Amino acid sequence: MEADRVHTIVALLRDRPGVLNRVASVIRRRGFNISSLTVGNCETEGLSRMTFVVQGDDNIADQVTKQLRKLMDVVRIADISYESFISREMALIKVRANPATRGEIMQIVDIFRANIVDVSPEALVIEVTGDEDKVASLLGMVNHFGVCEVQRSGRLSMVRGMIGAGDSTAVVTRSPNGHIPEVAVEVDRSGG
Amino acid sequence: MKMNGSQMMCEALLREGVDAVFGIPGGAILPFYQTLPEFPKLRHILVRHEQGATHAADGYFRASGRVGVAIGTSGPGATNMLSGIACALTDSVPMVCITGQVARGAIGTDAFQETDTIGVSMPVVKHSYQIMHAVDVPRVVREAFYIARNGRPGPVLIDFPKDVQTEIGEFVWPEEPVFDTDYRPIMDAQTSDLRQAAQLIAQAQRPVILSGHGVILAGASDEVQQLAEKTQIPVITTLLGISGIRSSHPLNLGMPGMHGLASASIAINEADLLIAVGMRFDDRVTGRLSAFAPHAKVIHIDIDPAEISKNVKATVGIVGDAKRVLRQLMPLVTPASHGDWIATIERLKKNHPLYVPDEGDKLFPQHVIQAISDVTDGHAVLVTGVGQHQMWAAHHYNFKERGLFISSGGQGTMGYEVPAAMGAAVARPDKQVWSICGDGGFQMTMYELATCAENNIPAKYAIINNNNLGMVKQWQDIFYKQDYVATKYTKNPDFVKLADAFGILGLRCDSRSKLLDVVKKANAHPGPVLVDFVVESSENVYPMIPAGQSIAELMEDPRIKKANTSGSKGR
Ligand SMILES: Cc1ncc(C[n+]2csc(CCOP(=O)(O)OP(=O)(O)O)c2C)c(N)n1
Ligand SMILES: [Mg+2]
Repeated sequence: MEADRVHTIVALLRDRPGVLNRVASVIRRRGFNISSLTVGNCETEGLSRMTFVVQGDDNIADQVTKQLRKLMDVVRIADISYESFISREMALIKVRANPATRGEIMQIVDIFRANIVDVSPEALVIEVTGDEDKVASLLGMVNHFGVCEVQRSGRLSMVRGMIGAGDSTAVVTRSPNGHIPEVAVEVDRSGG
Repeated sequence: MKMNGSQMMCEALLREGVDAVFGIPGGAILPFYQTLPEFPKLRHILVRHEQGATHAADGYFRASGRVGVAIGTSGPGATNMLSGIACALTDSVPMVCITGQVARGAIGTDAFQETDTIGVSMPVVKHSYQIMHAVDVPRVVREAFYIARNGRPGPVLIDFPKDVQTEIGEFVWPEEPVFDTDYRPIMDAQTSDLRQAAQLIAQAQRPVILSGHGVILAGASDEVQQLAEKTQIPVITTLLGISGIRSSHPLNLGMPGMHGLASASIAINEADLLIAVGMRFDDRVTGRLSAFAPHAKVIHIDIDPAEISKNVKATVGIVGDAKRVLRQLMPLVTPASHGDWIATIERLKKNHPLYVPDEGDKLFPQHVIQAISDVTDGHAVLVTGVGQHQMWAAHHYNFKERGLFISSGGQGTMGYEVPAAMGAAVARPDKQVWSICGDGGFQMTMYELATCAENNIPAKYAIINNNNLGMVKQWQDIFYKQDYVATKYTKNPDFVKLADAFGILGLRCDSRSKLLDVVKKANAHPGPVLVDFVVESSENVYPMIPAGQSIAELMEDPRIKKANTSGSKGR
């Protein structure tokens, strides 16, 4: 059994009715647990870019990637976990605050280069962007003030450099398992 | 040309070369049905259950290579089709299913007979469409057929709202087969992989070819045989790969796995190279994966990249069309003789024959298959249900032509046998079609005899009547101390009377002495026939490797004198 690890998978999807459903259905059926999923418009009209993070061994990640690639509405997909990539997440955190604690919270927010985007007599809303660790640390720091609401965006990821696995003009470059030959990675759409 | 959505659908189906469709009307598909008379070239066969329509479409394809079409109404019509769609998906059978849907404005309101057909079918289709504008009909149909046929084939569903069926628009037939999808399956191998594969083949001492359904789907039987002959490598066929190579070919080793031939399973166990073509290492083939083919390197050729290294790690994985890849590979392989290995294989075959009981006039299932094989001279299309009779059919029919074996493999859908044979017979009027039915499976879909009678579809139904759910009973025999829970029928219907009620010829045979005459009579009858073969009910299928076990747990027929269990002995 290979070790579980976090896999970051990016995909280009067609904006069609039910496409998220189809993707979710494949992931569920293959027994994969998604820890985050983010989707939105991308540079090409009619396409969306999705990042999802899953936990599992390389074989499972490879299977899910290949099974998803078979969906007609998945234009391109790659597990970028073995590439060099940037990840960011955004969170909105509503924290209890009164005149006595507000100053301290603002200091913490400053240190994290986060922003305060709403203030009311009993609370304030912090906007933070960074990798998951940063978001988690900030949450840890403000926890004792009383966190009433947290909304996290989930991970957005992009391969560094000009050509990345998620680029709508590039091809997938690597499969995570050494033993998997160059299947389906040379051509845009593979054929299952 | 201006047309309504229904006319567009009919016109598009005709342009895709469809000549027969199977279905049942209902409110949400009625406008389409009322249009059919305008298109007399589109033969509609009214089935009795939508599951029957899907299996018929499946059998229609497997017998002819032409994509089958099944049609049903919304709600229950669509949900009735799911078993047949799932069966087609698992066995990589192309199919186009058209389901009626409530009018666009009513979608999502829990309208009468509204089911989220796209939603419930999503995990079992290759792709699906809901047509929201009549003008999209030609493009969707063209795409649907393209997607169903290309790459790894599979079922495509088209959900067709009622008001789209009557909406008028301009019919524009797309010149390109694919208008709005970039689906381009990989067809050809990469040279480096081919070279590596050829090298593995040259180095192998004990290679075997594992030939699956993909070989038949790709029309690669010739190529497999040429490769086998050039390199003298024995061919093992999966259940659905049976009849990819003629049964009596000297290099044919038959089916491996749970109920496969011992010789085939042992050969895999001893092999140092598996050349897997168009097969997916199903657990019924491999048993316990950790003990499967322990000495073998693996070349895996498949059109579906997701199959490579899914269950069995490939040393070399080649994504591509089986026919094209084998053609590319052929010039790179050097002729070989593998004399010792072939001798071992011959010994295995000799030492591990299938057992056929011989007890006077007692009729055993194996006799029935053999008689049908003899009377049809190995040239019939053979459809089966699921269970013991399926395995006996796989073992004992002597296929002299390719692609004649039609069976629900991956899902094991009982009830497949009746409508699938009907579909096969519609597709191939030039062929004798025999369906080997279980008494259990037959009763799941027997209503389609009415369809056969009504349309004079001349399929021959042979019920292997053991008065029980034989395959399950076999597990109870072996694993549950003969505790027969819910497997014995105490009151099966009188199948001959049933045939009579359906208006087709019914025959019965309960002894070996009458067997040949009955089979001949059925075979000679021009219309549909049902034969009730009352067989010994205690007979079990051997060999058997229990689920999740390995070759070490191989059980051969206890009646066979213990022969060598390993081909390596005496080498
Ligand atoms: C739709 C469906 N239900 C249940 C099963 C489980 N099952 C597998 S084989 C079998 C017995 C089949 O009985 P029969 O059709 O009489 O064939 P036999 O094994 O007796 O030859 C059953 C119940 C199945 N494969 N398909
Ligand atoms: Mg039975």
